[in-house]
Amino acid sequence: MPAADSVHRTERRRVVRNGVVMGAATGAYGLTFGALGVAAGLSILQTCVLSLVMFTGGSQFAFVGVVAGGGSPLAGAAAATLLGARNMLYGLTVGPLLRVRGARKLAASQLVIDESTAMAMGETGKRLQLTAFWSTGIGIFVFWNASTLIGAVAAGALPDPRALGLDAVAPAAFVFLFAPRLRTAQAWIAAAVGAVVALGVVPLVPPGLPVIVAAVAVAGYALLARVGAPSTPHAATDPDPMTEGEPGHDAHGVIRSHGDRSHDVPQSDGPEGAPGGGSTDVPQSDGPDGAPGGGR
Amino acid sequence: MLLACVGCYALKYAGMSIPQRILDSAAVRRVALLLPVGLLAALAATQTFGTGERLVVDARVVGVFLAIVAIRLRAPFIAVVAVAALGAVLARQLGMP
Repeated sequence: MPAADSVHRTERRRVVRNGVVMGAATGAYGLTFGALGVAAGLSILQTCVLSLVMFTGGSQFAFVGVVAGGGSPLAGAAAATLLGARNMLYGLTVGPLLRVRGARKLAASQLVIDESTAMAMGETGKRLQLTAFWSTGIGIFVFWNASTLIGAVAAGALPDPRALGLDAVAPAAFVFLFAPRLRTAQAWIAAAVGAVVALGVVPLVPPGLPVIVAAVAVAGYALLARVGAPSTPHAATDPDPMTEGEPGHDAHGVIRSHGDRSHDVPQSDGPEGAPGGGSTDVPQSDGPDGAPGGGR
Repeated sequence: MLLACVGCYALKYAGMSIPQRILDSAAVRRVALLLPVGLLAALAATQTFGTGERLVVDARVVGVFLAIVAIRLRAPFIAVVAVAALGAVLARQLGMP
């Protein structure tokens, strides 16, 4: 069917274009990372290696942030790894979709980040989801690494990062990253718990450890919140009504595994904002819309 | 640094490899959903007020506050970052540490 083919080609082009745009937008963020990495005392090479090998923005900023604050690289590694834990959840989401093995699985794993997962889940139909994942993933990888190098080199020419206000950039970037996720009361409380606990232990433990203590507290809250919300376990096993009738899924196994996970990553950049089942928790749309700064 | 890189990659790879049923545990899911928000908030807070093992209020607070205003106005990432840097620079020009 030539008509269907050309429709598909048009769709495909749109998805690839979106992926490249996402890559370029995220790439600008790499400039900041490159500059901050060098400002934190890493060499240009070390900064670029982080972007190439770690390749997960939040973790890279966390690592650099801990090191810049005088923390040990080990504390930075712990914070970065904790922050990268969400990519594991994303792998569960896109893994069944990609169904890759060997070298392709090694490559695909590296590209499993917020944006590639979100873009894939934003499409309907397995082929377009695959296109979205690869185009976004590769697009971001290329732009991110190129801009990291440029940022790192340019920062070397700058005298004092504080004089340029760069020390306010990283915390602002973190607020930007979690602000879209503040769509439920629980997300707000998690943010407040994290911020308050971290600040509370800053004078007590070495730099870098406050975020880890805060992470433990947030995990504890998350478990307690589950006990306090009796409808939630039900929602986790319930088929998601949003994806039940979704068109474009051919293999039944894919529908099942995708449907179970898809509410984790429905919108770009806000995967954590949508709790299980959507309707059983706090109504998403009623939350304080995109307003950041909880817990200050 | 190498450790962090390996750790981050191992997590990505593990996610691709773990059987679905483990994450069907509601407890694991809930922790994984709320942890990034709490962790990012903790990072934002400590990097706004933390200097070594002390809490201080300096020009960063002004930059981050203006950035929050920009985020509420739905500014793109670049604009938010620029506002933060500019805010801190202006605050220092006005004499804040």
